Amino acid sequence: MPPSALLISQELPKLNYSATRDRFDDTWRDPLSTLLGIGRAAGADLVEFFLERVNYISCLAEDDAITSISPRLSTGAGVRVFRGKGDCYVSTNDLSFKGLKVALEKALSILGLTLPAPHAFIPETNLELLRDYATVRGKDSWLADSSPISEMGDVLLRSTTELEKQASHIQSRRAVYFRDWQEVLVAASDGTFARDIRLTQSVGCNLLCADGDHRSSIGKRVGSTGDPNFLRSWNYEDTAADISESAGKMLYADYVESGSYPIIMANQFGGVIFHEACGHLLETTQIERKTTPFIDKKGEKIAHENLTAWDEGLSSNEFGTIDMDDEGMPAQRTLLIENGILKNFLSDRAGSMRTGHPRTGSGRRQSYAYAAASRMRNTYIAPGDYSLDDLFASVDKGIYCKKMGGGSVGPTGEFNFGVDEAYLIENGKVTKPLKGAILIGEAKEIMNKISMSSQDLGLAAGFCGSVSGSIYVTVGQPHVKVDAITVGGR
Amino acid sequence: MPTIQEIASFAETSARDLGVKKYDIYGSSVDDNSVQVDHGEPKQVKASNRCGVIVRVWNADETIGVTSTTDVDPQGIQLALKTAYEASQFGPKEHIPDFSPQAQAPIPNPLGDALAPQAPVSKLIETLIETEKRLLDAHPAIAGVPYNGLSQRDVERFYLNSDGALRHEACSYASIYLYSKTEQDGKKPRSAGAYRVHRSLDQLDIEGCLKEAAEKTISHLDYQKVKTGKYRVVFAPEAFLSLIGAFSNLFNAQSILDKQSLSTPDSLGEAIASPLLSVADDARHPENVAVETFDGEGTPTRRVPLITEGVLTSFIHSAGTAKRLNAQPTGNASIGAKVSVGANFYHVSAGKAASQSYSLDGAENVILIDDLSALHAGVNSLQGSFSLPFDGWLVNGGDRISIDSATIAGDIRDLLKSIIYVESEAEVTPGGISPRVWVDNLSVTGE
Repeated sequence: MPPSALLISQELPKLNYSATRDRFDDTWRDPLSTLLGIGRAAGADLVEFFLERVNYISCLAEDDAITSISPRLSTGAGVRVFRGKGDCYVSTNDLSFKGLKVALEKALSILGLTLPAPHAFIPETNLELLRDYATVRGKDSWLADSSPISEMGDVLLRSTTELEKQASHIQSRRAVYFRDWQEVLVAASDGTFARDIRLTQSVGCNLLCADGDHRSSIGKRVGSTGDPNFLRSWNYEDTAADISESAGKMLYADYVESGSYPIIMANQFGGVIFHEACGHLLETTQIERKTTPFIDKKGEKIAHENLTAWDEGLSSNEFGTIDMDDEGMPAQRTLLIENGILKNFLSDRAGSMRTGHPRTGSGRRQSYAYAAASRMRNTYIAPGDYSLDDLFASVDKGIYCKKMGGGSVGPTGEFNFGVDEAYLIENGKVTKPLKGAILIGEAKEIMNKISMSSQDLGLAAGFCGSVSGSIYVTVGQPHVKVDAITVGGR
Repeated sequence: MPTIQEIASFAETSARDLGVKKYDIYGSSVDDNSVQVDHGEPKQVKASNRCGVIVRVWNADETIGVTSTTDVDPQGIQLALKTAYEASQFGPKEHIPDFSPQAQAPIPNPLGDALAPQAPVSKLIETLIETEKRLLDAHPAIAGVPYNGLSQRDVERFYLNSDGALRHEACSYASIYLYSKTEQDGKKPRSAGAYRVHRSLDQLDIEGCLKEAAEKTISHLDYQKVKTGKYRVVFAPEAFLSLIGAFSNLFNAQSILDKQSLSTPDSLGEAIASPLLSVADDARHPENVAVETFDGEGTPTRRVPLITEGVLTSFIHSAGTAKRLNAQPTGNASIGAKVSVGANFYHVSAGKAASQSYSLDGAENVILIDDLSALHAGVNSLQGSFSLPFDGWLVNGGDRISIDSATIAGDIRDLLKSIIYVESEAEVTPGGISPRVWVDNLSVTGE
């Protein structure tokens, strides 16, 4: 067989590619292969294209009416060019061959690279056979199978009606749902060529109650990836009952008295403390910035010996579950900490290149507008050997943090978390409700104070904002005891 | 990328094909370049050229549907109109938004095309590397500038509707942020930062940003815990503005109508703060670099007095909230299936003359708060409460010592009424203008 004709730079304007407009399929192979070849011929070490199409819709019910239905259609691409340890990322809405080539040329020129001369050969990249997670795993019908607008409205209104039945002193009732359908295609000059479809959905309720000057606001949401029937199967009665009870208890709660306390953090969303205080510090992004105290601690003890923690993308339908990351690498289960010993960091392509830690399928981004970065997926503390009674019995005076709010961690490892629903623990018993608590600490210290974990691991859907935008994640843990932490209050 | 006139033409043609008689479109495009560096080397360079529009369609029953899209070619616009039309069948039946009555009103001193030439990316890299080096050289303890960036951005915005409204403006911005971190044996790492924005790289106050980042970082090198208790607190301009922003539902007519506010429609005229305080939202303030002359509904932006000498004076409105509350739109709307309302540029100033003035020079046991963090976690805007970590100093007889790991807590309504002094000298920040504000008796948790 004679070799196929070699592509010469000056022939590029004559190429007439016709990739499918409404689907990322094998018709994208040739244009992307050529573009990757151009990048390599210009001197780039590695070039990567990320193509994305999004069909998003959100629906809001307030009291007894649907007040907002917001569809969003989005397409875009990002091209990342690596040279040495530096890189350049250019994004565009123009998915034509010309538009992608303009983006590539811009990235190359920013890195001081120029297009091949007119007579130069373009070594098109030999991409792998399309690794199509969407088709192989039956995701192509997910969008059509998920709830239509009329069903979204019906379910949300049923949930706000249920809140009306179950709560008292109501000032406002809200229910929110969104469905984020995303099709992605990744092609890189190392041969990566992979496609996936993600279907992320979340639904929840918020309740604001008021009685004179007393106010309480409580919300709860659940989330899923990959289940078109998610909204249909949502148990809104349980959600309404749960937050109605919490809002009632918190309405007349006293403000917490500030100080240092032992605390017990509930399972599920209580895992946000590990996510913020430790998970972010195990991302190679933080190593690159030298903003983690754990840079050189792999193999060393960084946490209490009773603590083991995982980050993975494999749990069925969890909010941070992905078949492949946004760099085309299959997701994996990554052991972060085992019995207090740091085992692995979370690494994306650039992080691996710059820090030496192997990629873990953790390169994630909000959209084509962001370069991928090392990010968490489903992150949780593993169940321990203690019973819930053991945990509470160990506390004379402390605080039970039943529902956590948001939190953040700063560049020096200091973190803080709001607590939406808290109770005083006295002599091992949960007594009065408390509001206004915020937990403050330092990552390095707190990890050695998580001394007891119960057996009731629970996961919860969350949103994580960082360098590559806002992404869907799972946080989780069993009930855990923290021996001492500063609680800000009045 | 199509021009705005082309997008208007695509929309008109598609609307005619689909039988849509009433629609409006708000859109923007952004062309930006940004660089980050790490110890003298470019770390990541980013560029983007993106656009997006949001389309609203009213059907024959006058219910409304919305779709946003980044596909602004004829097919994309047509699909957006079609999807919005489909969504309109399920749109709200009450309080349906309409065109702003001011969507075609003349705009005083329109911005027009205020684009500045963009500097080459190599110049951005060179400038930031030099700035990083000078910051690292400012003190031996400054070990890195882990968060830094220099960017320039051209933004074009437009609004059009089927009644013939067509507004357009374009503006350029350049911004820099520097966030440095220290390392010293036996001490905790400390960090601080600064941010500046202006219309072009040439006008950008890089020197001021560098100086502020260095001075603040160095000022935190020596630190101590503060005793838990009640303190007289002085909020630096950015800190006070961020607190006002976190409780913006006090002035937000949409939040008020949604019962998601600490105010009610009847709150106008109430004394909600000390008479020493006045606050306005002033999109057209000459110091507002990111000025926008019309909002998402095409309404001209303007100065809106919110608190005048302690009294709640006005709310900020969209066309819809103004209609419901018998007021005028104020140029604070963003369109969507549900129109949202937001402040543009706060201007905090002294209200009534204070009977006593205060100065940090002679202050005893006063806490100066420079920056509040974790507002998303520590503010409960529906309850009025806050509990926030802060960066700041304990001031005693003119000396300042950095405070380590402390939080401040309170209720915004109590705080506003506990203001004892609003200094006269205001500072311009990216989010607004404010002097330092003195507040009595706030809870601080330290050790």
